[in-house]
Amino acid sequence: MAAQSRGQWGAAGTGLAVFILLMTFLVIPVGKVIYVAFVDVNTGRLTLLNFADFFNTSLFRESFVNSIYVAGMSVLFAALISMPLAYFTTRFNFAGAAVIQTLGVIPLIMPPFVGAVAMQLLFGANGSVNLLLDEHFGFTIPFMEGLNGVIMVESIHYFPFILINLSASLNNIDRAMEESAQNLGAHGLRLFRRIVFPLAMPGFAAGAALVFLKVFDDLGTPLLLNVNNMLAPQAYLRISSIGISDPMGYVISVILVAFSLLSLWTSYLATRGRDYASVQKGGGGLMKRDLKPWEKAGAWAVIILILLLVLSPHIGLLLLSFGTIWSFSVLPDGFTLAHYGEVFSTALPYITNTLLYAGLAALLDVLVATAIAYVVWRTELPGRKVLDYMGTAAVAVPGVVLGIGYLRTFHDFNLPIVGKPLASWWVIIVIALMIRRLPYALRAATAALQQVAVSLEEAAQNLGAGRFTTVRRIVVPLMAGGIAAGFVTAFATAAVELSATLMLVSAESDAPLAYGIYVYMQTAAGRGPGAALGVLAVIIVGVATYLSHRFVERTRAAHEVTARDG
Amino acid sequence: MQSQKITIENLHLSFGDTHVLKGIDLEIAPGEFFAFLGPSGSGKSTLLRAIAGFGPLPRGRILIGDEDVTSEPPWTRNVGMVFQSYALWPHMSVWKNVAFGLEERNTPREEIAPRVEQALETVGLAHLARRRPSQLSGGQQQRVALARTIVVEPRVLLLDEPLSNLDANLRIQMRRELLALQRKLGITTIFVTHDQEEANTTADRMAVLDAGVIQQSGPPMELYDNPVNLFVAGFLGSANRIEGKVITDKGRKMFVAQGGITIPVPDAEPEGAASAVFRPQNVHLMTPQAAAESSTVCFTGKVTHSEFLGSLIRYSLDLAGSEILVDEPHQAGQKVLPEGSEITACITSNQVRILRQ
Repeated sequence: MAAQSRGQWGAAGTGLAVFILLMTFLVIPVGKVIYVAFVDVNTGRLTLLNFADFFNTSLFRESFVNSIYVAGMSVLFAALISMPLAYFTTRFNFAGAAVIQTLGVIPLIMPPFVGAVAMQLLFGANGSVNLLLDEHFGFTIPFMEGLNGVIMVESIHYFPFILINLSASLNNIDRAMEESAQNLGAHGLRLFRRIVFPLAMPGFAAGAALVFLKVFDDLGTPLLLNVNNMLAPQAYLRISSIGISDPMGYVISVILVAFSLLSLWTSYLATRGRDYASVQKGGGGLMKRDLKPWEKAGAWAVIILILLLVLSPHIGLLLLSFGTIWSFSVLPDGFTLAHYGEVFSTALPYITNTLLYAGLAALLDVLVATAIAYVVWRTELPGRKVLDYMGTAAVAVPGVVLGIGYLRTFHDFNLPIVGKPLASWWVIIVIALMIRRLPYALRAATAALQQVAVSLEEAAQNLGAGRFTTVRRIVVPLMAGGIAAGFVTAFATAAVELSATLMLVSAESDAPLAYGIYVYMQTAAGRGPGAALGVLAVIIVGVATYLSHRFVERTRAAHEVTARDG
Repeated sequence: MQSQKITIENLHLSFGDTHVLKGIDLEIAPGEFFAFLGPSGSGKSTLLRAIAGFGPLPRGRILIGDEDVTSEPPWTRNVGMVFQSYALWPHMSVWKNVAFGLEERNTPREEIAPRVEQALETVGLAHLARRRPSQLSGGQQQRVALARTIVVEPRVLLLDEPLSNLDANLRIQMRRELLALQRKLGITTIFVTHDQEEANTTADRMAVLDAGVIQQSGPPMELYDNPVNLFVAGFLGSANRIEGKVITDKGRKMFVAQGGITIPVPDAEPEGAASAVFRPQNVHLMTPQAAAESSTVCFTGKVTHSEFLGSLIRYSLDLAGSEILVDEPHQAGQKVLPEGSEITACITSNQVRILRQ
């Protein structure tokens, strides 16, 4: 009995510490942002005046409409890319399916803004594609003109969210659902429209909502493409040029959060009904059929075209990083290693900063995530679910909003030893990254913990191990694979995070990689080194993603062995 | 609608290198309620799906009425199929599910409503038309699946293990309803099941499948009483099996088991190795005196095990190394024979079948 209550005290202490951490660095800053949006600057009273001002300013109205337009169109184009790919992989016995599944994920290992400049050089008014079009056919297409550019970069970048969810849904449809419709006379497109697509709708909607959210919140891409009449750039520009007392940045933040919540709610509603598409007894995915030779050729043509488009940011970035001068020409004039030389001689701090920040943030993430998962799923503490909600809620907070929240909340909080405000100390960047990536780590830790049978812990306790010993010697080792995967995911995505970082970097020497790329890409002369830095970022994230994949596979294999032995 | 016959001629079907159906020949009469019975993997579902047009293209011929449908796609066959999982579309109401087939057939709008109404009426679910499938119980879903199929007035009705997802009591009720509905509509029906009681109680005739081959077909009682091979004998209920051979002794054909038991058999039986097969309920336990006076074949053995099955007590006897099951009706107050007791068991020789393989 005494051991039991001591165990509870330890868990309670951990839970409380995590609670305080999340209150301080998530709930209070975001709450502050929302509060300030509703306060009259002069009188200090609650008001809707700021929102009235927002909608009375034509630039803001325009930005609001543009953000919705860009996010909506990005969803549309992402859907157009995903649907044929998902259809091919789930309906046909086709070697291209494996290529799609692998390459379809590649865009995710590069933040969208990194490829933006490369896309400009490939698809811009004087870019490779338009130069070729003009030369051979005498016309050009404004792919990258203003908002088009943002839509193009974002949809190419984020379509895998729809592809992955839609494919999963299509794979989960009970074959009998389709066969019963055929039995009653439906086939071809009508069958797809009336039965297959409605059943895959939850997956599609979940993916589409995610794409909408990501695009709506993205700061780096519009800034780099010099498109400022959208919401996230406006929030950033108001705060960085006018200052943290200007209420418009806060109003925009509230709108960003509201739309994030709306997207997540849509996604939640869509996936909640998901069980209806799941495999029933005797089912097992849509019927796959073999392709005729000419059909196979056509399918490959479509897939290669889409993959070229999808990989164009990477190709462009690689060309840019090795190119001498690239302007008004299809390809760079010559090739050089000078940009990489410059990166390694002057831009090394960006890389070391990134490894330090992302590494620390990911480490904190797995610690906090494991603690939350354990407290929520393995103790009876009252209110433990709150920790889970708080940790997950960070998904709905755009980077810009968190950045503004930190600036506002911690600007006046002077640290005694460092001698400057917390908001301008480099550690705040680590904390921001930690909070932003906590949901990923939390998902990984929860999944890992749920695979550890409670009886394994009870066996240890039965043999005399206390709660802490059980966690240290049984739970954590068994969760190791999942925790490692969570670490790597958090690390990889934190390494290329820009929106919160952009707000919080106060000295160039404290800046991470993403910030460095952003700064380089601002000037024509800096594009080469910027691209070289971008290629390094892709390599870092690529390697991390690969490792994460390996960890997950290995853990799964290990668990299968355990299950067999059991 | 006129009832249609179904003819299957020399049907072969493979999944890649796996040969699943190996030369099926079958004729099903118009209006017949026919069952495919077999263990899982026997090919019974594959055969049913081939009739509906699903699965790989088979070799051989499938005719519905006089029309060869072997290479027709599923959507032009007008063959109604009820799936094991019911396959009700969750994004549509019950009404929409039932109306689907009529809409696909471009039935005039004003005709759809009364026909859907009537089909739901037939299965007793008219009051649930606005519900979603997920709001229905298993039995109700089953009825909706049935209504969805019969509303289009298919030429034949195919039922793929339709009762396997229902609990025991509901299963008995539903199979009666199914049979009543089939009789009312007069539609040729094939029912796939692995449960012989289901097949026995519903089917006019049935085919027992194993390893992609029809082992035997005919009325249920005929198959039970006169199985043509050991598989059919063993699959349709419990059967005792004694190995031995048929010999001629003093001009009479006799079956001689390894333990020395002899059973007279018809003179038509050829000589050679064979098995004697008989049902546990046809064996009677007797006292040695009674056995001596009886005209039956008797043998003495030891009780090795007994099971109380409610209406029956099932004894296992050891008869010179062979295990024999004997079912005795249970009466209240009757003593169960203890293990190890010696007992004589007798069977009338016309209850014994001699089988080979």
